[in-house]
Amino acid sequence: MNRTAQALRSWERAETILLRGALLVDPAAGLEEVQDLFLRRGRVEGIAPQIAREADLIVDLDGMVCAPGFGDLHVHLREPGDEDAETIETGTHAAAVGGFTRVACMPNTHPPIDTRGQIEFLLRRAAECGHCRVHPVAAATVARAGKQLTDMRELQGAGAIAVSDDGSPVADALIMRRLLEYARTWDMLVITHAEELSLSRGGIMNEGYWSTVLGLPGIPAASEGVAIARDVRLAELTGARLHVAHVSTREGVEVIRLAKSRGIPVTAETAPHYISLTDESLKSFDPVYRVNPPLRAEQDRQAVLEGLRDGTLDIIACDHAPHTRVAKDQELSAAPPGMIGLETAVGVTIEFLHHREGFDLSQIVRAFATRPAEISGWGGGRIRLGEDADLTILDPHAEWVVDPQSFVSMAGNCPFRDLKLRGRVRMTVCDGRITHEEGLRFCPSERLQSQLV
Amino acid sequence: MAIKHLLGLQELNAEEILTILDTARTFREVLERPIKKVPALRGVTICNAFFEPSTRTRVSFELAEKRLSADMVNFSASNSSVTKGETLRDTIQNIEAMKLDIVVVRHSSAGVPTYLAKHLAARIVNAGDGQHEHPTQALLDLYTIREKKGRIAGLKVAIVGDIAHSRVARSDIWGLTKLGAEVTVVAPRTLVPLEIERMGVKVATSLEEGIRGADVINVLRLQLERQAGGFLPSLREYRMTFGLEPGGLGPATPDVLIMHPGPINRGVEIHPDLADGPHSVILEQVTNGVAIRMAVLYLVSGGTPPEPMVEGNVLMTAHPAGR
Ligand SMILES: [Zn+2]
Repeated sequence: MNRTAQALRSWERAETILLRGALLVDPAAGLEEVQDLFLRRGRVEGIAPQIAREADLIVDLDGMVCAPGFGDLHVHLREPGDEDAETIETGTHAAAVGGFTRVACMPNTHPPIDTRGQIEFLLRRAAECGHCRVHPVAAATVARAGKQLTDMRELQGAGAIAVSDDGSPVADALIMRRLLEYARTWDMLVITHAEELSLSRGGIMNEGYWSTVLGLPGIPAASEGVAIARDVRLAELTGARLHVAHVSTREGVEVIRLAKSRGIPVTAETAPHYISLTDESLKSFDPVYRVNPPLRAEQDRQAVLEGLRDGTLDIIACDHAPHTRVAKDQELSAAPPGMIGLETAVGVTIEFLHHREGFDLSQIVRAFATRPAEISGWGGGRIRLGEDADLTILDPHAEWVVDPQSFVSMAGNCPFRDLKLRGRVRMTVCDGRITHEEGLRFCPSERLQSQLV
Repeated sequence: MAIKHLLGLQELNAEEILTILDTARTFREVLERPIKKVPALRGVTICNAFFEPSTRTRVSFELAEKRLSADMVNFSASNSSVTKGETLRDTIQNIEAMKLDIVVVRHSSAGVPTYLAKHLAARIVNAGDGQHEHPTQALLDLYTIREKKGRIAGLKVAIVGDIAHSRVARSDIWGLTKLGAEVTVVAPRTLVPLEIERMGVKVATSLEEGIRGADVINVLRLQLERQAGGFLPSLREYRMTFGLEPGGLGPATPDVLIMHPGPINRGVEIHPDLADGPHSVILEQVTNGVAIRMAVLYLVSGGTPPEPMVEGNVLMTAHPAGR
């Protein structure tokens, strides 16, 4: 039996577990100090400095950060329909390896998720796989066609956490208005893929110096800014809760900052690639860098960092978008946009925000756990006594080099290949169970050891 | 100096560009002989892979290859297997299996030559990729200017027309600025791409301003579909505002050269009298194009550039190919 399997078995068999010596970072509880966690059958029974109780299993977390389980509000699992790119099994497994205990999956599958039966299918498959919780985002309009609203109340009852036509915007402003008004009736979150298609259509990369040099059709930052401006005004008009997906531009950040200052109920996310990469990457013509919205200019990257710093941007979500090798191994104009991110998100974020930009770890935990829970209402987001442990444990200093070959995701369209990062997930605990573990020290008591033999 | 591929002028330095121009001069002399053929690329196999229709550039390359005694095959894919779902990857693997030494490629998608260079052992020559680069066209423009004016450095060059969608403009800008020319692009704002000033050029939105003091005016072809794309109100208005007319050369230098990469829309971007007039070097560009392409193919195959000042017979012997 290998070491990890042994560790898992000892965790399963232990009546009591002591997680010792980690820096507990839980912004919701205002906590950032070294404390121990005492678990009984996977449930949190004690949080305190230096717990001296006996336990069947002690896990040594010296030097580690222990946070409430991370959640990703924007993931494409590709099932049903594109199982050659990713499945619920592989996508949720990648989430667990990446430190996530929850993901919200987007409805732009084939067919799109717009009925109760499809929501039930997703939840059943996710439960069977058991890698992490899956919270389906239902299509906002039937077949994501932007015409007729989906049966939102029913979808919500079946488990949809939000509605969105992600992959495309709701192009018609009146439909968007009705959607927001109707969603407000049921306090349903609306996630907008903010893109003015008449400005972006045919574009391959950000419009700017690099699109000029490379002769590639450009997508102006204004296509995002204009669309976000429309949607926040409609959120103001309707009072509905609006969440702006994948903000990539200075314009976008500025519009959201203004909206928030006016008290409009809007929240927003950005993705790890917008804090770490720019449109200059496209000079290699490598389709791995094609994504929508596109990688933007350095000034946009700086604005996104500032947006995260001042809270204009609430959360970081991967927009994990797997594609097959065949689909991506084409000329840029033919290759589909999208990049995967679940297995690199934490590493990239800790490297670029914490180590390079001086963000506190608590700011990062807020963006990955606290705020996603508050925005989505999916529960979790903090470490609570009496609840099943839901934890992300990471080593903020561990160095590693990104190798997509080693990913559990089926896809390899990762823009961070060969990048050296500091910060790596060491263990993910979901519902009191270990869903991912890597290289931690597990010390079973003699009693437990004898049971395990 | 070794040029492995010719993907664009952005990645060449001034010395490399001048080497190509010097080598082309040697070949240009060959083209004036009664027997216009040298054995320089005997035994070298070249594939002209044209994924986008082109007559002029392809014929120019074919001629250059024949003059160099290369073995040449054509692969025209615009209406064949590629549009029927064959991926570029399949095409490439086929090309690779045929053991070709040099692939001359034209494709409607920017970056395809770069992609080929990454995946093939063969040397790649870009014959135009999307709106990215068309390096042999720019090289023949540079050659023509240098022959006519004796230099490039310090000259004022105006490039007039659809800069935004032009691979010729991009390659010209890199080549001219690297060799020290002062470049102004002249077009309505709809046809000027963002931040082009960072490529080292000035932008003028008046023809009169743009060609003031110009030693060279390079007129670009206006794709007639730009009107439908909303870039222009009408061809009529374009002709009236940016079309080069016989009475309009006043602000330029008296011996200004008029160039055009072809094919010309006579009466749209340039008046026929100017296209065929004494300032025009348009047909010389075509002849020089063959010499430039001979030089490029010769150099990427591993050929030795001529010694400066010595019109040597290095080109008269066959040499091992690049592979
Ligand atoms: Zn989206």
